Amino acid sequence: MLCAQLLFPLSLFLGLSATVEVQRPRGVPLSKRQFYEEGKPFTCLDGSRTVPFDRVNDDYCDCKDGSDEPGTAACPNGSFHCTNAGHRPAFIPSSRINDGICDCCDTTDEYNSGATCKNTCREMGRRERESLQKLAEITKEGFLLKQQLIEEAKRKKEEKQSKLTELQAGKRDVEEKVEALRTVKETAEQPEKEAKERHLKAWEEQKAVIRMEKDKAKMAEAFLELDDDADGYVSVAELQSHAELDPNSDGSLTEEEVQGLLGGADKVDTSSFENIWGNLKDKYVSESQAENPSSLETAPEETKEPVTDNESEPYPEDDIGVEEDDEEEEDDDDDTHEDFEDKPQTSTQTPERSDKDEEAMPPYDAETQSLIDAAQKARDDFEESERALREIDDQVKNIEKELSFDFGPSAEFTYLYSQCYELTTSEYIYKICPFNRVSQKPKFGGSETNLGSWGSWAGPDDNKYTVMKYEHGTGCWQGPSRSTTVKLTCGKETTVTSTSEPSRCEYLMEFTTPAVCQEPLPVNVVHVDGHSDHVEL
Amino acid sequence: MAASMCRMERCLFVLLPFFLGVAQAVDRSNFKTCDQSSFCKRQRDIKAGQSPYRALLETMELTNSRLTLQLINDNNKVRLLLELYRLQGNMTRVKINELKPLKPRYEVPDVLIQDPPTEPLSVVAQDENGVVLSLGADEQRLIVSARPFRLDIVEGPKVLLSLNSRGLLVFEHLRLRKDTQKKYQRLRISPFAFLTPAGPTSISLDFSFPGVEHVYGIPEHADTLKLKTTDGGDPYRLYNLDVFQYELHNPMALYGAVPVLLSHNTERTMGVFWLNAAETWVDISSNTAGKTVFGKMLDFVQGSSETPQTDVRWISEAGIIDVFIMLGPKPSDVFSQYASLTGTQAFPPLSALGYHQCRWNYNDQEDVRGVDQGLDDHDIPCDFIWLDIEHTDGKRYFTWDPNKFSQPKDMLQGLKDKRRNLVAIVDPHIKVDSNFKVHNEIRSRNFYVKNKDGGDYEGWCWPGNAGYPDFTNAEMRAWWASMFAYDQYEGSMENMYTWNDMNEPSVFNGPEVTMHKDALHGSWEHREVHNIYGLYVHRATAEGLIQRSGGVERPFVLTRAFFAGSQRYGAVWTGDNAAEWGHLKISLPMCLSLGLVGISFCGADVGGFFKAPSTELLVRWYQAGAYQPFFRAHAHLDTPRREPWLFGPENTALIREAVRQRYALLPFWYQQFYNAHRTGQPVMRALWVEYPEDSVTFDIEDEYLLGRDLLVHPVTEEGLKSLTAYLPGKREVWYDVHTFKKHAGGQSLYIPVTMSSIPAFQRGGSIITRKDRVRRSSACMENDPYTLYVALSPEGTAEGELYIDDGHTFSYEKNKAFIHRRLTFNDGVLSSSNLALDSQFTTASWVEKIIFLGARKPASVTLKTAGGSETRVEFEYDSALEVLSLRKPGVNAGADWTVLLR
Repeated sequence: MLCAQLLFPLSLFLGLSATVEVQRPRGVPLSKRQFYEEGKPFTCLDGSRTVPFDRVNDDYCDCKDGSDEPGTAACPNGSFHCTNAGHRPAFIPSSRINDGICDCCDTTDEYNSGATCKNTCREMGRRERESLQKLAEITKEGFLLKQQLIEEAKRKKEEKQSKLTELQAGKRDVEEKVEALRTVKETAEQPEKEAKERHLKAWEEQKAVIRMEKDKAKMAEAFLELDDDADGYVSVAELQSHAELDPNSDGSLTEEEVQGLLGGADKVDTSSFENIWGNLKDKYVSESQAENPSSLETAPEETKEPVTDNESEPYPEDDIGVEEDDEEEEDDDDDTHEDFEDKPQTSTQTPERSDKDEEAMPPYDAETQSLIDAAQKARDDFEESERALREIDDQVKNIEKELSFDFGPSAEFTYLYSQCYELTTSEYIYKICPFNRVSQKPKFGGSETNLGSWGSWAGPDDNKYTVMKYEHGTGCWQGPSRSTTVKLTCGKETTVTSTSEPSRCEYLMEFTTPAVCQEPLPVNVVHVDGHSDHVEL
Repeated sequence: MAASMCRMERCLFVLLPFFLGVAQAVDRSNFKTCDQSSFCKRQRDIKAGQSPYRALLETMELTNSRLTLQLINDNNKVRLLLELYRLQGNMTRVKINELKPLKPRYEVPDVLIQDPPTEPLSVVAQDENGVVLSLGADEQRLIVSARPFRLDIVEGPKVLLSLNSRGLLVFEHLRLRKDTQKKYQRLRISPFAFLTPAGPTSISLDFSFPGVEHVYGIPEHADTLKLKTTDGGDPYRLYNLDVFQYELHNPMALYGAVPVLLSHNTERTMGVFWLNAAETWVDISSNTAGKTVFGKMLDFVQGSSETPQTDVRWISEAGIIDVFIMLGPKPSDVFSQYASLTGTQAFPPLSALGYHQCRWNYNDQEDVRGVDQGLDDHDIPCDFIWLDIEHTDGKRYFTWDPNKFSQPKDMLQGLKDKRRNLVAIVDPHIKVDSNFKVHNEIRSRNFYVKNKDGGDYEGWCWPGNAGYPDFTNAEMRAWWASMFAYDQYEGSMENMYTWNDMNEPSVFNGPEVTMHKDALHGSWEHREVHNIYGLYVHRATAEGLIQRSGGVERPFVLTRAFFAGSQRYGAVWTGDNAAEWGHLKISLPMCLSLGLVGISFCGADVGGFFKAPSTELLVRWYQAGAYQPFFRAHAHLDTPRREPWLFGPENTALIREAVRQRYALLPFWYQQFYNAHRTGQPVMRALWVEYPEDSVTFDIEDEYLLGRDLLVHPVTEEGLKSLTAYLPGKREVWYDVHTFKKHAGGQSLYIPVTMSSIPAFQRGGSIITRKDRVRRSSACMENDPYTLYVALSPEGTAEGELYIDDGHTFSYEKNKAFIHRRLTFNDGVLSSSNLALDSQFTTASWVEKIIFLGARKPASVTLKTAGGSETRVEFEYDSALEVLSLRKPGVNAGADWTVLLR
């Protein structure tokens, strides 16, 4: 790069006050001076044609490549070189020569436009040097920090890895323990189960006796109740008054049906009643209970408010001849109607069989209880060991996840993991948790909006660790889901410096971190051209 | 207060999805059909037949300037007063009003630039059947038939145009309320039946054009250039509406209305200007519409053909019948005639013809600065950056968002340093907010439109609850204009201009998204003034921009709503289009239609407003937009960013090239606008305008002419590999402006296209001036030299013009500070002569190059200047292309000179 070499020395001589004008056509960089030889025909740099030298910078474009007019705006594709002594030299498009706008800090682009430009090169140079210096300092310090971060990350990674190894080793122990405890648990549970079953069976038997006695009493009561004429027999006629006994539930209890219930007999005495009680007892309703009216359960009424919003009606009443909201009201009626028809009348005919009389199961005897206690302890121990195993699994998973992230070529971004950084603007609080998510929350209350979850590194191919992309945030109305691009620049601090939304739902966040600080370049090698008259000052 | 706040939030919540959405197309049920518009249905139910009207010849009065006579409706005995005027410039005015209306009917003021000067009418013949009046030259007669009443304009034996020949003159006279009520109830059609306090007041009249098969005009519709017949469908509707995501190819009303229709056949072009600002419907029928070409040929062969005829019927809800019949006979005559009535296109500042970079919204000052820088970084010329509604403090126009635009003057100065400008939006709805100065002033001065009960009319728009200033009130307009003074409009500077949007007016919760028809503008109901409201907003704003500079600077104001006469106040655009190929394609006929009715400064949002364009569509749109009068890229808030450099270097280069072509042609554009301003001829012209006898051109709408010399056929279809352009004029030749290749006229030319193609041709016989040194804004190019493109006709001649002034003030008008040159090439001599001897202006620009297309190689070229000096001019000649380039004649662009080719 000839050009770079020749231009580099300029910065060296900035401090000197003496200037030496190098003779060459306006707008020609030093590097191309040799092609413009005063008095000799000029050959377009693309070689396309040769013109007399007085056609160079004569404000008429002769060369296709614009090279004959380096100092005028005549060629559409030309470029103008500003020396910008005191600052950096630059090329600008020819169209910016004499356009009334000061582009070169040395004002050389506006030599004939009437624009009053001030030479700002020294000032700009100074400012740039200052900021470069500042940047260099930041870079230097940042780079040192970065080394620490890399070290730290390395240590952390090793830690994590050894932790992982440790966990994995520990895990095997715990797994064994779990298995051992499972056996202990199962061993303890078998006698417990048997003892419990025994206890339960005894209790069931006891309950059966009680129930039978109750049934008998009920039967006797029923017999007395049914035997209206107190002749010691329940007859067909007497039974017929109990419509609820209708076997086919057709609403009429015929004689035949009653006879069927009575086992084919016309009437039964107490002992025969005992045989047929089984046919009756499920349906039989004691006369004293029968009085209870079945309580009417009202269908739950859904109160449906029409949710139409009158405000959205484009035509307010005063301009509309006839309102046509009737339709909606009808719809509501229909809904209500359906509610009524479709709701099955909840039956109250099958009240819960409430065994209020039956007492609770008696406590376990001491022996059973001790078996239970032993089993419970075994269970608790087992579960605790399982929990411990799960915890280890979680830890392993977390560490593996963390280790799987691409934290940069030297893992320098590791320290950002599981951290969060905030920036408060006039309206929102923005929060980035690197490798996790970006969010936004209104400053004055309101819920948080997800601006994207960690997606990938998205810098240019040669420098992909300068941009982070967070994707698939909360969806935008009729648009894409929110996403955030995070641009990383070198800084001593780790902080969010700005946020913006350049396009709807596409956020841009600027973030400084030492982790992107590049190794400072070695001090510029001074390259002085031997021929002092070639040096622009 | 709390309650009203709730109301507001709820309302906005419901409205926003509706109005900002991008997913669905127009909801047709929001807009009326003729059947739902009670007066339209009522009128349309009346079929053609014998007119009940009779002219009472005994009431005829003839003064020097007009003839009046009474008409009587034999059914109800109501009398009308007919006034006939013969206007200077071959026009006839027909006015019909009630003889004795119960109260005055609205007659549209402020549209005509003066009382049209009249010429004497004379009675040629008269008997009990009617009167024959002479219209002066060409054996033109106006025949008034008495029973039934009808008017015919004839030339010799030929009927040019007939009025009420189908008996569709209907004039609903004002009645007392009682008499109207029953009928009204019967006809009431929900949900659009309005209660009219004065009863039905609609009017209608039919026009027949014998021998005419092509009619044009009556914008704004997203439809073909040639108007379709409306039998069996809805009539074309003229009613300024904020249509959300409008559909293509239907007669629905859009944002603006110009009630001017042109008829055309190979012999004559005529115009009808229906001066009425109320809701209007136009029915068009044709006796040949249904016939196939073969059917027509059969008719011709068999000699059984009836004369083709187009019938047009105008229906308006209120007002009077006031019709201007422009008798042509050439298209250019109709344009002059219409311009003599309503004025010509405002002459824009040169910068306004450059490229405009807009988006809803540039987020903040920094964003504006970044876009400005981005344009420079990518070397894309641009003159304006635009700010949509989000720049304001809570949609309070004339204010700035205190966080995002806290230093507007710094921002404006930054643009000024780049010789660029800014446009900030100012809509006519004013936030009802007692802390808002503008609102308080309007309220205290009683300038708001009233509702029917006399309170301030309020409606919903961007700020929530808003009032609508009564722009029909001259005092209100004067006050509004004063608001643009630099000390009133805080943060404004001289490089800041204005955009009026939503001025139909748009009322989110109003009927059809506009104002209630019974709202009151003084004593007039909104229904009577609706279509002119937007014009008044535009006018008051333009006047404000003129006044803030003490009358020195030309204004630039863009409007969405418009009416007849809006051309006098600035630019219009085709509203909220979409990023679809169909929308790109329709932008041509939409702007061509506007050009036919006086509005030359027209454009469509480049890229399409709603949705995101494909890269190909965006590039094609830039290419098309670069060759349309108003060239602005714009995008909806919800669309991804689309500044020209966001689509890869290749596409950036394509867009840059399109914009550069625009800038190179700025001198040509400027001269076209000067011409439009002086003569009323459109800038963007349908082909038939210049080739009125070539019937092939009558339906062409995918190509057009700029002025008469530049033919453009942009690519408006996806994936196109080639297209066919019609090069009109059998005796013409056309030169491809990119390759200089010559093509014969009168042919359809097959053109292969690539992504960089913008097919364009210069007419042989023309001279087009360009500035080929394209810079970052038009102001930067002010002193740059010209290149003349002299395209020779088959006869070896060419002519053109060059117009130069300061580019931004009125001194071209006030001090005649301009240069207007005539350039001619004849017999090997190219000369520049002064077209305006009394003008005075000096320019630093000179002539750097002259390119002759279709020329022979000369032996020598000499330049003679006014001083008499003669110098040889160096040249190059390309014999394959017949292109002769003169190197650096170097004469001043304002000087007299000649160049001799020997």
